[in-house]
Amino acid sequence: MSAARLVVKGLSKTYADVPVLSDISLTVRDGEFASIIGPNASGKSTLLKICAGVRVPTEGVVECEKPAYMPQDHALLPWRTVLENLYLPSDVAGIPRARVRTKITDLLQEFGLAQYADFYPAALSGGTRQKIALLRTVLQNNSLLLLDEPFASLDALTRTEAHRWLQTLVQKSRASVLLVTHDIREALFLSDTIYVLGGRPSCLREVFTVPFPRPRTHAQLLEGEALALENKLFALLSETV
Amino acid sequence: MKLETIVAPALVLAAFFAVWELFCWVADVSYTLLPPPSAIFVAIIEYREILFMHASQTLLEAILGLVWAICLGVGVAVLLFSMPRARAGIYPLLVLSQTIPIIALAPLLLIWFGFDLVPKVTIVVLYCFFPIAIATFDALSSTDENAVDFLKSMRASRYQALLFVYVPSALPAFFSGLRIAVTYAIAGAIVGEFVGAYKGLGIFMLTSANSHAIVLVFAALFVTVFLTLGLLAIVFLLERMLMPWKRV
Repeated sequence: MSAARLVVKGLSKTYADVPVLSDISLTVRDGEFASIIGPNASGKSTLLKICAGVRVPTEGVVECEKPAYMPQDHALLPWRTVLENLYLPSDVAGIPRARVRTKITDLLQEFGLAQYADFYPAALSGGTRQKIALLRTVLQNNSLLLLDEPFASLDALTRTEAHRWLQTLVQKSRASVLLVTHDIREALFLSDTIYVLGGRPSCLREVFTVPFPRPRTHAQLLEGEALALENKLFALLSETV
Repeated sequence: MKLETIVAPALVLAAFFAVWELFCWVADVSYTLLPPPSAIFVAIIEYREILFMHASQTLLEAILGLVWAICLGVGVAVLLFSMPRARAGIYPLLVLSQTIPIIALAPLLLIWFGFDLVPKVTIVVLYCFFPIAIATFDALSSTDENAVDFLKSMRASRYQALLFVYVPSALPAFFSGLRIAVTYAIAGAIVGEFVGAYKGLGIFMLTSANSHAIVLVFAALFVTVFLTLGLLAIVFLLERMLMPWKRV
């Protein structure tokens, strides 16, 4: 069994005396793509923020090396161009820009985004912004990516394209991923493991292993076993609301 | 900036001056009551050296006051933002302080600090500090939480968070506050000069009014407007230079 990149043990979180998360335990292994799905306000983003070290749990522990975190709504800095946004992780780490310049320009080239290097985020489409934010997350050079609903604001077509794009990106970077989403198909397309959150306070309701081989296509999700799994997840989520 | 944003108000202003000019000639209004714009422009050219001397003094007071107001306003905003306990004590008092009519303080400042620069600069600071402090504080408080979380996840220091996120995020609101402050600055300096000064547009207006040279009062008034517009243009240029992303 491959090594664990992220271990969450008995994690609980209370906000102003209201319990939000209760006794969550999960593990993301090396190279694994795991997703957390759950209804709105089920504490998915809070769980990810705790894993990223930006919130403190009330109880429990999180064991991982410094992960790369992508918050909701891309969080690209509007006053920085695409290139300067991609420099941000190295700026924070105190690494001279000259040392990462080639890597960044190569990545932009590889993923067909080189023409946007000098654009400000406001001039980009929603899909391109999300892609740049994902590249910035990958550029943190960490083996664990924590992604908070990266495609929630995209239309269905753009989201489908972005899924394929992320699948390729993750395969190339060989990173482990913990993705938060409320989109069942997104979780099925991208994940090896799906954790279902539900209840008040939220706890882990069930864990699913997604058995489909990679690379996957969206057409695969419309037939047989995938459809049955989707229905099962939908029924479970409906129960938890 | 689109051409129409300059042309439209310029046309309205030209029409206003034309009506004013026409009214003065048709109604044969006395120069000592309401001089026509043409007479005011002639007076500005004729008295340019005196006006320049007084305007330089007023501009100096306004700029010094503005610089102090920016330093104090931004400093207080950062203090209120980074120290919630201090905020609870200071913020309400700050708002309350704006109920004091600053013009009523002017004679006191004159008694305390004399006729030189200090009382005028202090009045400009009192006028300009509040919009800058409040706008900057509100902007710091409403910084995008996602961007802050992203920085935190990279274990950025407080200094880095300030430099990379809080300061650039607060710039647009800071400039909004500064634009308001700039419109107060020249007027604040003139208020200070009204109460007591050796030179400046305020004292020039007062002495001109006392000697019934109304055309010179208007000339000084026009120069005041030019100075304020000049300061606003500098702020506008600074905004364009420091916030290129706003033009996207």
